Amino acid sequence: MFKAKIFIKRRRTILDPQGKAVELGIKSLGFENIKNVRIDKFIEFEIDEVDEEKVRNEVDKICDSLLANPHLEDYYFELEKI
Amino acid sequence: MKFGVVIFPGSNCDYDTYYFLKFVLGVETIFLFHKENSLQGADVIILPGGFSYGDYLRTGAIAKFSPIMKEVINFANKGGLVIGICNGFQILCESGLLPGALTKNNTLKFVCYSQNLKVVNNKTFFTNNYQMNEVISMPIAHGEGNYIIDNDGLKDLYDNDQIILKYCDEFGNITQESNPNGSIDNIAGICNKNGNVFGLMPHPERCGEPIFGNTDGIKIFESILNK
Repeated sequence: MFKAKIFIKRRRTILDPQGKAVELGIKSLGFENIKNVRIDKFIEFEIDEVDEEKVRNEVDKICDSLLANPHLEDYYFELEKI
Repeated sequence: MKFGVVIFPGSNCDYDTYYFLKFVLGVETIFLFHKENSLQGADVIILPGGFSYGDYLRTGAIAKFSPIMKEVINFANKGGLVIGICNGFQILCESGLLPGALTKNNTLKFVCYSQNLKVVNNKTFFTNNYQMNEVISMPIAHGEGNYIIDNDGLKDLYDNDQIILKYCDEFGNITQESNPNGSIDNIAGICNKNGNVFGLMPHPERCGEPIFGNTDGIKIFESILNK
């Protein structure tokens, strides 16, 4: 059994309005030295499989076809044996 | 000609579209539920606006795996006419039937008002009833209409005349101020290379009869009937 931890990052060349809005919020808290806030995605799930290579291919396929949009986002993931 | 309006969980312009097609345009119209495996002989498929699957993950991302979408993709690949309006446009991009992607408006706002548009290509199944460069107005209502595509993809869109509608001001000038969401080159609607799949953020079904004070949208559907 593996746990997959997937990080999906919106490409830095693409404006992140959510990050901008949160940045305004942080600044209104009084932290004026904050900049470049970005909101990305973290997804985790478990995979009932023993072969790590198979798991890696499977997670890659799930990311490519659903979890990340190649026009907007890049992803990477970590596998943890559980 | 028979129109099919797809209902996804979270669609909310499905009944508006059905009403407009059946009672204003006066064409045979059926609903197609997302779990169905048949298009029931429809000649034109409409993916309506709304928030399919709650916009979870990304807008349109989960709808592309609905059983009906397998049929829609086959139908489109064989040259069948498909229109995606607003969330439908997002689903078409996520499904790979249209290039590029739609993401959050750069304004940080949900935009909801009548928007001027320029018909920059009237040689399509969907716009042949408009004049070239005609300035029209349609309601927009979206939080994620910011159209993004890489430079090669954008060049392809121009080279193949795939850009159909652009956001503009009342005089037809395509300006930054008249761009409601940050879309690259003010793009509001595009088609695929074969010209049979059309996606647009504005809502033509909401401006098709005089009671709404605007009938600019009806020509999209009249163009299809003319084809």
